[in-house]
Amino acid sequence: MTSTDTATESPDGVTTEITPLKEESEFVTTRTSSPRRRALDIVVRSVVPIVLALIVAALILLALGKNPLQFYGAVIENGLVGQNWQNSLVMMTPLLLLAIGLIVVFRGQLWNLGYDGQFLLGGVVVAGLAPQLIKATSPGIAYLVLTVAAIAVAAAWTFIPAWLKAFFGTNEIITTIVMSTIGVGLTNILIEYVFQNPAVRTPQTRAIDPGDMLPYIPGTQVPIGFIVALLVAIVFQFVLSRTSFGLRLDVFGSSAKTARHVGINSRTMTIVLFLISGGLIGLAASMDIFGQWGYMRTNWNPSYGNAIMPFVFLARLSPVGSIPFIAFYSVFATGGTIAAQESGVSVDFLQIVVALILVFMTVTEYVGTKRDLGQSYLPDELKDAIRKPLNAFTGRMAK
Amino acid sequence: MSASPTLAPAAGVISLTGITKAFPGVIANDDISLDIVNGQVHCLLGENGAGKSTLISILAGMQFPDSGSISIDGVPVTIGSPKAAMRFGIGVVHQHSTLVPSLTVLENLMLGEGGLTLKEKRAASRLEELSGLLGASIDPNILASDLALGQQQQVEIAKAMWTGSRLLILDEPTSMLTPSAIESLAESMSRLKAEGLGIVFITHKLREAYAMGDCVTVLRGGRKVGELSPERMSSLTEDQAQAEILRAMFGEDLAAAGGLESAAELAGATEAAPETSRVDVTSRPVRLELAGVSSVGKSMDVSVTDISFAIHEGEIFGIAGIDGHGQAGLAEVLSGQRAIASGTVSLQGIDITRLGVRSRQEKGVRYVTDDRLHEGTVGNLSVAINLLLKRIGTAPFWRFGQINKPAVNDEAKRLIAQYTIHTPSPNTRVGTLSGGNIQKVLLARELGRGARVVVVNKPTYGLDLKSVRLVHDLLREFVADGGCVVLISTELDELIELSDRIGVISRGRIVGTVENDGGADVAERVGHYMIGGSAHDID
Amino acid sequence: MTDLLTPTFITAFIIACLSGAVPLMLASIGETVGEQSGVLNLGIEGVMLMGAYFGYVVALGTHSTWLGMLGGLVAGAATSLVLLVLNVWLGLNQIVLGIAITAAGGGITTVLYDQIYAKTSPRIPTDNWKIPGLSDIPVVGGSVFSQPAMFWVSLLITVIVAWFLVKTNWGLSIRAAGQKPSSLDAAGGSVMRTRSQAVLLGGILSGLGGAYLSVLATSSFTPFMTNGLGYIAIVVTMLSRGKILRVVIVSLLYGLTIAVGTVLQLTSLDVPTDLITMLPYIVVMIVLLIFGRDVNNSPVLGAPYTRGAR
Repeated sequence: MTSTDTATESPDGVTTEITPLKEESEFVTTRTSSPRRRALDIVVRSVVPIVLALIVAALILLALGKNPLQFYGAVIENGLVGQNWQNSLVMMTPLLLLAIGLIVVFRGQLWNLGYDGQFLLGGVVVAGLAPQLIKATSPGIAYLVLTVAAIAVAAAWTFIPAWLKAFFGTNEIITTIVMSTIGVGLTNILIEYVFQNPAVRTPQTRAIDPGDMLPYIPGTQVPIGFIVALLVAIVFQFVLSRTSFGLRLDVFGSSAKTARHVGINSRTMTIVLFLISGGLIGLAASMDIFGQWGYMRTNWNPSYGNAIMPFVFLARLSPVGSIPFIAFYSVFATGGTIAAQESGVSVDFLQIVVALILVFMTVTEYVGTKRDLGQSYLPDELKDAIRKPLNAFTGRMAK
Repeated sequence: MSASPTLAPAAGVISLTGITKAFPGVIANDDISLDIVNGQVHCLLGENGAGKSTLISILAGMQFPDSGSISIDGVPVTIGSPKAAMRFGIGVVHQHSTLVPSLTVLENLMLGEGGLTLKEKRAASRLEELSGLLGASIDPNILASDLALGQQQQVEIAKAMWTGSRLLILDEPTSMLTPSAIESLAESMSRLKAEGLGIVFITHKLREAYAMGDCVTVLRGGRKVGELSPERMSSLTEDQAQAEILRAMFGEDLAAAGGLESAAELAGATEAAPETSRVDVTSRPVRLELAGVSSVGKSMDVSVTDISFAIHEGEIFGIAGIDGHGQAGLAEVLSGQRAIASGTVSLQGIDITRLGVRSRQEKGVRYVTDDRLHEGTVGNLSVAINLLLKRIGTAPFWRFGQINKPAVNDEAKRLIAQYTIHTPSPNTRVGTLSGGNIQKVLLARELGRGARVVVVNKPTYGLDLKSVRLVHDLLREFVADGGCVVLISTELDELIELSDRIGVISRGRIVGTVENDGGADVAERVGHYMIGGSAHDID
Repeated sequence: MTDLLTPTFITAFIIACLSGAVPLMLASIGETVGEQSGVLNLGIEGVMLMGAYFGYVVALGTHSTWLGMLGGLVAGAATSLVLLVLNVWLGLNQIVLGIAITAAGGGITTVLYDQIYAKTSPRIPTDNWKIPGLSDIPVVGGSVFSQPAMFWVSLLITVIVAWFLVKTNWGLSIRAAGQKPSSLDAAGGSVMRTRSQAVLLGGILSGLGGAYLSVLATSSFTPFMTNGLGYIAIVVTMLSRGKILRVVIVSLLYGLTIAVGTVLQLTSLDVPTDLITMLPYIVVMIVLLIFGRDVNNSPVLGAPYTRGAR
């Protein structure tokens, strides 16, 4: 039969998997012929979900009795205007690093959803040890030593899920989430019982002296962590798209069976990918504590990972491609947090927006793929379900 | 005649008129008309891609024709779903098993029934009734995964006839059966025919079509290109009928296929026989030797136990067996994809037991997998990358880990030319190529640059006859140059045509080796081992 | 410690154990039905939160815990419609949808709660229904036989679902859809319909579980009150492999760890609260490390079914 002879027709995978963006010239052929139209298509597919989500979010605001225009105005005002764009860039630093950390594992079709625990454990190492280490040595040494430590700790926290996945195939979604919850609790215990600031009664660590925080990029109030994040994005873009490691990762991601067939050790690959992912999340935590916060309280959990989830997919798992999306969200979150407080809506409203973008993203992707393949938008069986009552109805009308 | 009450009255006809069905880029069925008469076996003959499966899925309610009509006993009908097909009494035994392995035989048979609770007693008595009809005995309470292949097929037939059947469609039922299982299938078919059932029997083997069919329809390229009515069938001798069918099957390509005789061989007109000029290879040096090799795996297909054999230079060693009896495991321990628990593998006297895929690849041990689409290639990567898939990171294609595109493209173009791979460019996604061309990509990747031993697993499965011929030629060329091949296949004809010796694998063990000496009984001897090795096979 | 083992204490212990176990049990049974049919609902956390919140709202408004449970049921079913339409019907990525449902469930309930109830945090009046007679038995009477009537209904639901899965044609279809959907299709069943029913039932049960948590177990709602219970339900489902009896046992074990946590808090020992909240997760991780190794999920779990695609 034709479906076994040619893969063009076989629809498996196309509708569900969000595949990494390959270099256009080399790998991808779609029906839209000219490269310009194709580029336009990709932009449209990426922007449409965001626009739709913002429209629906506006309706929700209306339903809550708030003025959406005022809300979005406040978002732009607080996220972009005047010097506020600098706050957005500060926020963008950990988000971008985390995004790359997720992109690396997602490209291997592995799901590290334990980012919260990994991030907080990395962060608590920095916040807990930095004040004294800076006093004992120098800020420079503390940046270096504690960043390495945060990377190591966050990476180590991925090891058990990675090992279970690599050797026994245990579902990593579950194990990373469970480990994350344990990590969050452990962070609180570490703050309260190990790193507690004796000078205050609230459970929190000592704070890094403001003068010892990461230096700003000259002429701005944005810590140099932002440069680190951009550099990491560029390096990973190169590694993923131009090197043999990147290609092995793509082969591994598209089919574990093929990976084994061509001699890629999937156990090693699984563990390496998780360690890189955790390490990048640890780096994000270090840059965030050193650059922005300087200390940690118990029960502080910015949940950066949940927030950026849609954007790594919208960027089609491309590190550099994710930069504009993460920048958008940074502005939206920075301004949105203040806008929410001003208008009296829970900050968790942002979560609803994120969820809406995710849903619209999958739908847009679905419609786009079906259009490319010239297929019908509805599965046959669903069409039957609609057609039958319709036929019966029209049949009755004819009589 | 005592027709059972569930069977429809005889002399009914199911007519297909002008059936056309197109898929993106291919017309699978082009204006096909045929009549299926109760009490007859209607053979549908054609090579892979001729449109047989599409026609069947239309009859089974899995696909809708773009145009054309179906009528049953003269009444026009629409077969909108598998359920509707069942209501019309059309039962299908698909080429791939539709039994759920984790359910019991009885549960599989009851699947899809209406009503709230499971009616196990009623089901058991229905199974008994059908077993009698089929001349088979089936334990209703064992898991479907524990059935032997022949039994599995009997269960599939029982399932197709479960709610009462007037038409039974058998899609390539013989391709994986042993000769004796084919005989008992033929027996079951004639019992059913005698009960007044219509049977559509799909095959690509001429001799089966002649032996089992009352009438024949030949498809090629989605069109009906020939038919033999029952009257004509009985008026022709076997040779005449075959010549007529062959001309229809190949049309103007008959010359390209190498004339009538060669086409007949390709189409399985006769019992397969080995190449005439056999060289005695046993005197040559041993290339590959396995001694007591065992592996551990979760399913029977991937575990092998205590395998020992030696293959000589220039030899094709065939591995026959019922599908899923350790073939994949054997291929994987040879290619280095699966860890060896005990025993040794040596290549020209050097122990390679502990080497992985990459190092064996470099030493010339290659593997052409049967899962071309999901294991052998990455569909959305280019042909060029797929050709170099097992050399990722090696010089000169990668320098310091970075891809060297000109070198990759040059190598790809060379291989594309050498193996005549039909692709728009090296940068085309491999998933868009036809099955034959994807297989050429795999062969080009594995047979080149210093290959010494090539394991090929079902190398012609699902290919059209021209591609089959090409693959066979490539393998013959390879051994003629001193290479050596482990040919794993479920097509007995293919094994007999190509192999010097045939080892039979059953339940992960090599249970016997047959010298392919051109004797008429080779197939029977192989079949004997296939059955003897498995405890619950039919007779 | 011996002075702890008073009848009052044991009663409190059993109550803590049961009210910890039932929401998880309901959700896990819902997840089991979904997974048996081949749909992995990762958004169960969000579904439970929706059930908890709307159960709470309805119970507050109507002063009826029964209607509250019904509200949770409806909310759970409605939330699972997202998965039903987008994953089962259109075949969109279930992991992404699961994350979306979790985020939306948390976001929507928190925004609404903050908007409407945060200032007053009203509590639901408890109804003190007891089984007459049996509830006078010492210890078990005050704990087991003083459980809300919904407790017994939950047990009944459990038995019914177990029966349906094993003994009916519908259960057989569900199992086939989860193991080899093409077989169900070829046998004339409808994969899409079967999976839709399973997802809907899963949503209903998870919504009930959430509502049980807010309406009956705590009589109040707090944002993100499920606190990962949905994920634990997925683990319970993984470990139970479709056997409802195992779901019940593992859920009770979970209730036990909750009760132990409560006991630890009652003692004068200085045990960090965080350690107590972590306890069930640590147990889950240990269980996964020991038993989770050979957890072999169905190969088609989470894969959308398209006829003709292999």
